Amino acid sequence: MGRLLPLFGFLALFALLGFGIWWNLDHETNEIPSPLIGRHAPEFTLPLLDNAQKSISEQSLRGQPYLLNVFASWCVACEEEHPVLTKYAPQLGVKLIGYNYKDQPDDAKRWLARFGNPYAITIADLPGSVAIDFGVYAAPESFLVDANGVIRYKRIGPFTAQIIEKELKPMIAKLSSGATP
Amino acid sequence: MRLCLTLLLLALVLCCTSAQAIDPLPFKDRTEELRFQLLTKQLRCPLCQNESLADSQAGVAKDLRQKVFAMMQAGQSDEQIKTFLTDRYSNFVLYDPPLQGGTLLLWFGPLAALVAGGFALLLIVRRRARQTVVSSTTAPEEDW
Repeated sequence: MGRLLPLFGFLALFALLGFGIWWNLDHETNEIPSPLIGRHAPEFTLPLLDNAQKSISEQSLRGQPYLLNVFASWCVACEEEHPVLTKYAPQLGVKLIGYNYKDQPDDAKRWLARFGNPYAITIADLPGSVAIDFGVYAAPESFLVDANGVIRYKRIGPFTAQIIEKELKPMIAKLSSGATP
Repeated sequence: MRLCLTLLLLALVLCCTSAQAIDPLPFKDRTEELRFQLLTKQLRCPLCQNESLADSQAGVAKDLRQKVFAMMQAGQSDEQIKTFLTDRYSNFVLYDPPLQGGTLLLWFGPLAALVAGGFALLLIVRRRARQTVVSSTTAPEEDW
């Protein structure tokens, strides 16, 4: 029994490392839990990407749920996520709003022209100051906001088909079943 | 030659100290600059989590440094600035997180590991001590 002890120790260590690998398969290692979930989306007024003269406020978006997708032309993972979002956007049942983060408007427009534009509206935050209020620290990030303006879900990192099916769609279904916070 | 070397070293040291601030901010005096550096060293960059806000080159860290600076200019206290950041980025941005339910393991985990390790060591030493007493009378069959 005593001689087997090192083996058990090794197995325990092996199990721990294995768990680490398994866990990291579908968790972003640098993911920070957002304290904003269950709270009102921060107040903002931001210009539209394709018409800087016009702007949109958080207030004016209330009344129907929306998915706010933080993207930028400099963001490599966004390129990966974009076709997935474009494919799923029509079947989600919520408005998809683009949030162009710290990006030159011309670069962003070119990027959307090249990869397609799934967004109903795109707002632009060139200095990234409103993004701080949203707790954004990288792109892509996405926020699901309900009709009352409350953030219900946040995704850090790119959406994949699997995550949309497993996480986003059930969250959206919960919104429409009338569960008000 | 020696003087040359000393001067070179001195120049290097001076260079390094003045290069500490990544992006030059218009501090009104040295006290404010020191307060800023001390505060940003206690804050963790949310993107590159092994770097402090003071050291990180990430875009978001730069924006947050600007924000911290602006809040200092507006007369906010260190506590207010920390609360502002934790409200948005959670306690992850603090290098010294508060003691609460979720951080119990973080605070007492190392101590628990030390106690468990010490206990295991004690058990092993005791057993070995007993074995040596026994084996000194009977010849050891294997030695490992």
